[in-house]
Amino acid sequence: MITADVVGDEDLELLLTEVASVYGYDFTEYSKASIKRRINRICLIDKHKSFAELRYKVLNDQSYLSRFIEEVTVNVTEMFRDPTFYKTLKEKIIPQLGVNPFIKIWLAGCSTGEEVYSISILLHEANLAHKAIIYATDINPTVLEKAKTGIYPINYMKFYTENYQNSGGTEDFSNYYSANYDHVSFREYLRKNIIFSTHNLVSDRSFNEFQLIICRNVLIYFDKVLQDKVFNLFDGSLETLGYLALGSKETIRFSNLNQTYKQIEKEKIWKKTR
Amino acid sequence: MEKNEISPSIEILIIGGSAGSFEVLLQIVPSLKLDIKFAVLIVLHRKNNSNISIADLFSKKTAIPVFECEDKDNLLPGNIYFAPPDYHLLIEKDRTVCLDYSEKENYSRPAIDITFKSASDIYKEKTAAILLSGANRDGADGLKYISQNYGTTIVQDPKEAEISTMPKEALKIFEPDYVLRSKDIIALINSF
Repeated sequence: MITADVVGDEDLELLLTEVASVYGYDFTEYSKASIKRRINRICLIDKHKSFAELRYKVLNDQSYLSRFIEEVTVNVTEMFRDPTFYKTLKEKIIPQLGVNPFIKIWLAGCSTGEEVYSISILLHEANLAHKAIIYATDINPTVLEKAKTGIYPINYMKFYTENYQNSGGTEDFSNYYSANYDHVSFREYLRKNIIFSTHNLVSDRSFNEFQLIICRNVLIYFDKVLQDKVFNLFDGSLETLGYLALGSKETIRFSNLNQTYKQIEKEKIWKKTR
Repeated sequence: MEKNEISPSIEILIIGGSAGSFEVLLQIVPSLKLDIKFAVLIVLHRKNNSNISIADLFSKKTAIPVFECEDKDNLLPGNIYFAPPDYHLLIEKDRTVCLDYSEKENYSRPAIDITFKSASDIYKEKTAAILLSGANRDGADGLKYISQNYGTTIVQDPKEAEISTMPKEALKIFEPDYVLRSKDIIALINSF
């Protein structure tokens, strides 16, 4: 059964404004439809029967905040998601990056890390890992802790192996991890050149200049105003001739980057031309 | 089963379908009159196969512009939109698309229930929705929700549906405005 929302539009505005001012986590420019659904979902799961109940808990119980953030932000991800995207990265982009003396990649919104390990595997297979650094950032410290461990359920491996193979991977995928009962641990060497750190795309600034920025299925949760801010942040963090990679249904079409970025084939990868 | 009330003008028609509904869409889409005054949004459970564009496929069957939605696309009257595979699709107040890659619902992404509810919250009584053939119970609750918000609800006749589970699940929990076979569904849409 689908019931009417516990948290209405005005409640939502109030709560997000209060969370921003009390805790500094600013969700006010997130896509309304999506965040409203997430917050009503929390009410359902945690059995808050009224908006007042949820609001009291969030604003007065600091330990509840991390749960709130974890549920509001979506952390669903997978390895080698959209194999054709990874195929293009592998065949067209990574070899280009190889001409640089150092390769700096920013994976923004890395969640539990599945895509970071995918990129690391590509760099190792291209023999470029020794001169590459991947900055993997997320707003949520809890998921970053998980990402650092590189431990994932073993029952996903069949699916990830298929994705890997469909993206053009030819190694034995199981060489990249060791299996342990119902979980696998990805090999330590894949983690060596990854720097995990919290970074909030809403409030934090650029921290380096990169040749490749990957931010997939994060911008869909932002409204157009916030998207534009983040596009400018990325633009300021990307070297000329660097690449910006987005999720399969995300686009720079509505932003001012559209003028100076050139799309690579049909994939959601753009090259900064000037 | 038909109600004799005059249906309010429709702003959006959402068609939800799963296994066995592709064939029905191949009948419905080419038969839609070309000057439809509302947006048509189709939420179909399907494989994420990036080699085949469903918009291209259906563009060959109708002169109505057909798109697969991207993030923040405007839902304009007179166009047909498909929800992209592997994303939930919600709608913002300004009639733009909000995609969401969160947990599957009813083992499905896109979940028909999510789009049905979201559309109903935005378009209220100007929502019309059709639930077609399918093997699970996605869409039933969402369709009931639309009905409770005074939208127009249509269920494909289970006797005609290739897999009747989805229509039957809806009929178990409420009485829709119409239970119709495909040819009558087409006639009804063209009368909106």
